[in-house]
Amino acid sequence: MDSRTYIGRVRGLGSAKHGGGHWISQRMTAVSNLLLTTWLVTSLLILPNFDQATLAQWLSQPTVAVPMILMLVSIFWHIRLGLQVLIEDYVHDNSLKFGAIAFLNFYVVGGAAFGIFTVAKLAFTGAPA
Amino acid sequence: MTQKAGRPLAPHLQIYRWSPQMAISIFHRATGFILATAGMLTLLWWLSAIGGGAESYASFQKYVVSAGVGATGLQTASNWFFRLVALAVTFSFFQHVCSGLRHLVLDIGAGYELKTNRTWAVAAFVAAFFATALVALLVASRFIGV
Repeated sequence: MDSRTYIGRVRGLGSAKHGGGHWISQRMTAVSNLLLTTWLVTSLLILPNFDQATLAQWLSQPTVAVPMILMLVSIFWHIRLGLQVLIEDYVHDNSLKFGAIAFLNFYVVGGAAFGIFTVAKLAFTGAPA
Repeated sequence: MTQKAGRPLAPHLQIYRWSPQMAISIFHRATGFILATAGMLTLLWWLSAIGGGAESYASFQKYVVSAGVGATGLQTASNWFFRLVALAVTFSFFQHVCSGLRHLVLDIGAGYELKTNRTWAVAAFVAAFFATALVALLVASRFIGV
């Protein structure tokens, strides 16, 4: 048994060496989200109309499919980091917190995979007639 | 720790006088949550509707955009629900972007003077409000004929 206080146990050990990683990733994805959502809005606004055929044709182009996939990755990554902080700040019960973080991980990985697959399928197989 | 009755307590959030600086912080989190859930789920539905073909996209339009003439009760309710969602997501987007830009400025160590900090917090709210109003007016007049 260690009878020292919590602070006594960690004093002198130095940092965990990855404290800044979360923070900087949050900012990096914030900037890429800004660029990619600006691209999405601009790219949509110059379309002649929003019919399914037009949108499918638009989305299957490499110059649209690639930034769309990047946007999905960037946004879901940003969500992972941001909602993690929300959960850590507001969910105090340890088991609930564990469950919420697990659900968040499933949501972001599942959502990103679903979106990327949808875009990739359309881009690789061409727009359905 | 036992608290003697009648002793003054530290000010809790509920009785704290709200300032724009406080409000923008909690709005950043709340709007981030709205974008992460309602915003992204609708985006994924839209993408899969495009990928799913004309019929799939027509169904998306009937429930989300406008069912037009001959709409069922469920579709009309769904249309209005998604109009509210669209409004909330649009406001959340602009609010989160404005307040996010403010955060990036704060992160490089600028804008902490009390007055400057307050001014930009207010400016972010005002910008988000007007940008949302502008988009809502454009969409209402052009696409859904409200």
